[in-house]
Amino acid sequence: MPEQLIFAMEVFLNGLMAGVLYALVALGFVLIFKASGIFNFAQGVMALFAALTLVGIMNGQVPFAHIINATFGTDLHYFGWTVPGLLAILLTMGMMVLLAWCVQRFVFRHLVGQEPIILFMATIGLAYFLEGVGDLMWGSDIKTLDVGLPQGINETIDEVTFGWFGYGFFIDNLDLVATLVAAILVTGLVLFAQYTKQGRAMRAVADDHQAALSVGVSLNFIWILVWSLAGFVALVAGIMWGAKSGVQFSLSLIALKALPVLMLGGFTSIPGAIVGGLIIGVGEKLFEFALGPALGGATENWFAYVLALIFLVFRPQGLFGEKIIERV
Amino acid sequence: MLYREAGDFSSTYAQDSQTFPIRFDRYRYYFVLAFAFLVVPFLINDYWANAILLPFLIYAIAAIGLNILVGYCGQVSLGTGGFMAVGAYACYKLMTAFPDVSMFVHVIIAGLITAMVGVLFGLPSLRIKGFYLAVATLAAQFFLVWLFNRVSWFYNYSASGQINAPERTVFGIAVTGPNTDAWATYMFCLIFLTLSAIIARNLTRGTVGRSWMAIRDMDIAAEIIGVNPLKAKLTAFAVSSFFVGISGALFFAVYLGAVEVGEAFGIQKSFLVLFMVIIGGLGSIFGSFAGAAFLVVLPVVLKIVGVDWLGWPTDIVAHFNLVIVGGLIVMFLIVEPHGLAQLWRLAKEKLRLWPFPH
Repeated sequence: MPEQLIFAMEVFLNGLMAGVLYALVALGFVLIFKASGIFNFAQGVMALFAALTLVGIMNGQVPFAHIINATFGTDLHYFGWTVPGLLAILLTMGMMVLLAWCVQRFVFRHLVGQEPIILFMATIGLAYFLEGVGDLMWGSDIKTLDVGLPQGINETIDEVTFGWFGYGFFIDNLDLVATLVAAILVTGLVLFAQYTKQGRAMRAVADDHQAALSVGVSLNFIWILVWSLAGFVALVAGIMWGAKSGVQFSLSLIALKALPVLMLGGFTSIPGAIVGGLIIGVGEKLFEFALGPALGGATENWFAYVLALIFLVFRPQGLFGEKIIERV
Repeated sequence: MLYREAGDFSSTYAQDSQTFPIRFDRYRYYFVLAFAFLVVPFLINDYWANAILLPFLIYAIAAIGLNILVGYCGQVSLGTGGFMAVGAYACYKLMTAFPDVSMFVHVIIAGLITAMVGVLFGLPSLRIKGFYLAVATLAAQFFLVWLFNRVSWFYNYSASGQINAPERTVFGIAVTGPNTDAWATYMFCLIFLTLSAIIARNLTRGTVGRSWMAIRDMDIAAEIIGVNPLKAKLTAFAVSSFFVGISGALFFAVYLGAVEVGEAFGIQKSFLVLFMVIIGGLGSIFGSFAGAAFLVVLPVVLKIVGVDWLGWPTDIVAHFNLVIVGGLIVMFLIVEPHGLAQLWRLAKEKLRLWPFPH
């Protein structure tokens, strides 16, 4: 087999893995969008916030240490204990539920019935707010996140592919774990939405707020539930990305990458988010591999957006989205 | 008395439809203009020019541009930073290619070039709308920044990848480069801002502006009553990008002097200008001024309070800035979706009735 083709295959596989991570973030968007019609720009910052909180709890950091130190002249940094990973994840989840409640209570309850674009801008404001709070609480330095996920090259794949092609593929263990987690998460979410009482209520709210209210579904509860779920997805995405590239501000920019993923897949479709993520992941890696050197490199920065832009012109509702019908 | 129509009769249509129909308001406007043109240039020093006045003037132009697109035509754009970069790089190429031409011409041509690029990226708006469009404009943002970073023709093959503004003049007075006077740069930007505001104000209340607003309020209905959406949307993109391009050119040539594109015109800049428009007031020229002033002054005030009075390190103050800006955005959208401009309008209504509100 020609060498170029083998390289391209490796790039393809790595693109798939990156795509899974994009899809993870995109999933959070779809959840909130379906249930409340809010396009949650803050999803990426929520992932950053969740990862920061997780690291902070695990290392026993004192929240708001910087301000306390600067104001009172103290020298607080750590409580002096460390919390095991699983417990810390649970505590962080609690924090995300609290956040969901706050967001619902203080922001979106007051914006019911506003235009979608106003809600969208409110989430941009929310993103800034959360980013600032996260930095104030836990400090803005780059942190490493280690919850015991396997990392490094997968030896088995390396050996097997070496046996087949005479060239070992480089696949990160972490990416494999992420794929597995994403698969479980999606299955879980779909089952939850289809077969549980809350899931049904969630879909009812997504269909029609008024009708759902009139048959006794509590909108307030459902929205808190949805935001919590989105927080949970954000936490998972935050753990994966944090383990991959450290917990830092650029994490929130990944959320922006999830937007073209959504546009490809359609805003209202969970499978769409996955497929869109894979297309973007593979597309940008292959494009960079094929044309990057000729164009000067770093095409990954814009490829996803331009692909989505061109795509949208021909199919505005995305691959799996519901058809947009407009009436006067 | 403040804001009284009493005794203020209009005898021609021109008088009836002027921008400031109330005499007091009109005089206030003349007074502000006179103060800005005749008094401030004599008082200005480098600190005031660089910390507050220049950024305010330049961001106000950008905010007017974005307000036309978002506030008047309802097309949300997150590509402002990219369009500002187009203005800056167009201006740079013109400045270096034609050193003898006046800066006025360069800045205006830079604006026209940006308008063309804006129309190009506005084309998808004919098919997609709302936040789909917002995301599509992100493509403009990232693609343009990447383009100026990678294609060395744009920065004249300089080794650092930066662009530096050489010294250029208007009527023999240096307005760019290292040897400028504060008053000269101030006046240069002020003239552009004044012209932009007057043009924008008159466009938005004429035929073009009305067709934009019809599209904003409901595009399908507008199409049915005979507004051509192609024309309306593309003119909005063109005019908006023209102003944004001018502000980008001024931001680079007059204010910063040297620019690295990812840093100066990144996605943060797009958000900053969008926030100015939201806080100031969607669909209001005065709101663009108010929003720009607010978001330029806020970090300066926070820095004085946080760093100088409370003795906090600068990074904490920067984070506080994020929290406050984010919080304010949410608060404004909840309490007053029309921003500072609406507060000003309400205050004027109150003043007209004061002191006998019944």
